[in-house]
Amino acid sequence: MLALSGFVQLLLAFALAPLLLSIINRTKAAFAGRHGPPWLLPYQELWKLLHKGAVYSRTATAVFVAGPIVGLAATGLALSFLPVGGCPALVSFPGDFLLVAYLLGLARFLTVAAALDTGSSFEGMGASREVLFSTLAEPALLLSLITLAAASPGASLSAIYAGIDSAVLASGAGPALVLVMAALLIVLLSENARIPIDDPATHLELTMIHEVMVLDHGGPDLALIHYASSLKLWLFGALLVGLALPLRSGFFLLDLLGGIAGLAIVAVIVGLAESVMARLRLARVPQLLVAASVLSVVALVLVMR
Amino acid sequence: MAEWLDAILVLVILTNLWLLGSSRLRACIQAAALQGILLGLIPLLATWPAITARLAGVAAASIVVKAIVLPAMLRRAAREANVVYEVQPLVGFTTSLLLGIVLWGLATHLAGRLPVAALHVAPLLIPVAIFTILSGFLVIASRNTAVMQVIGYLALENGIYIFGWAFAIEDPLLVELGVLLDVFVAVFVMGIMINRLSREFDTIETDELTSLKE
Repeated sequence: MLALSGFVQLLLAFALAPLLLSIINRTKAAFAGRHGPPWLLPYQELWKLLHKGAVYSRTATAVFVAGPIVGLAATGLALSFLPVGGCPALVSFPGDFLLVAYLLGLARFLTVAAALDTGSSFEGMGASREVLFSTLAEPALLLSLITLAAASPGASLSAIYAGIDSAVLASGAGPALVLVMAALLIVLLSENARIPIDDPATHLELTMIHEVMVLDHGGPDLALIHYASSLKLWLFGALLVGLALPLRSGFFLLDLLGGIAGLAIVAVIVGLAESVMARLRLARVPQLLVAASVLSVVALVLVMR
Repeated sequence: MAEWLDAILVLVILTNLWLLGSSRLRACIQAAALQGILLGLIPLLATWPAITARLAGVAAASIVVKAIVLPAMLRRAAREANVVYEVQPLVGFTTSLLLGIVLWGLATHLAGRLPVAALHVAPLLIPVAIFTILSGFLVIASRNTAVMQVIGYLALENGIYIFGWAFAIEDPLLVELGVLLDVFVAVFVMGIMINRLSREFDTIETDELTSLKE
């Protein structure tokens, strides 16, 4: 039964992740008074890209081809450790949150390597920024997860999130967990290249961070990259939702639906942030990410005290 | 009410970090004002629901002085001295934030070693008090504009105020009022001083005030 629940939520993640992008876009459209793109547009785009051919530059090597594939594989694997709505994940072992963090690191490394492999100077700039910002976001993510592990009796992601219920929130660890939520939200915005850290809609190479690295990918490769980035949004959203909405009814299906509703709320929040905020200046972004780490350290000290 | 007290104290920690990480004087003054409001709430929450009229009066007085009067004076001083930003601090803002984390760890460690910590209902009170004092010191030592240094001084005094609450609720009220008066006078005098300085020297950077004028 447990294995089945993990399997079902993994399948749902694979099936519904692109829908989060639709929710964000529809929120932005509603804010701007537009009708917005159709709900299934991300799926249609993936379908269209998968049926195109790919063009490879003469300077590109096998690394360029491996980037999107390893990126998607690592992100998908990381998802199988992730509990949605308090249901245990497909796989879990003590300390698996480190593996999740470094699977994401592996995906990023290969994306950066593929970007550098094209020999384009724009992609080099994007890769440099991406690496700088993710270096600063990584301590925030790890410290947040360590804080959660210290606040809850478990040591694997499934056990940690199962241990965080409304009782823990109401007890002394409550304020610390709110700080962790803020840190995780900043990490989510940074890792998924969202405003105020990066603008996913911009197409000016000089200001792009994440998008500029995938400029030279086309066709099926681009489809894999888009799909992997929506899975990543799902992953970070689920980390946040498991903490912010610790509703545990005990019925697997109900909890799972609650978790997915929470993910939709996260997508709406991201869309709202994108509608009302401007992008930060590039020089201010590291300060925001350091602030996220600082929040998680304060929370860690509060929990360990 | 204990969890609300914890939440307020965590907010006090955040206002300290805000002071350390922000370069805009206006934002820092706002942070100090917010800290004043939070400080006024501490005695009310710590003694809930047994609030005496005297306690409520002192809380109201401290909120009025720390969150309205002093920030208004600081704002005026900043406006008349024409400073908007802390331009070149001795320690950068990101570094200050990281130092703030070190200070927070230090404060928790020190509070754990103090024998008084176990006596009181709110175990967070002492570490937050020490952290507020230390970060006030850091702001005084690392910023160049006089207004910022006064804000650091305010934070320092706020820390002493929290420390006072940690020891007893009713007894040190007289002492607190005395300290409050001291700060009031100090900020008043500094406000006038900053005003005069900026009129005389076109700057309130304390580094530039090392040579005597004939």
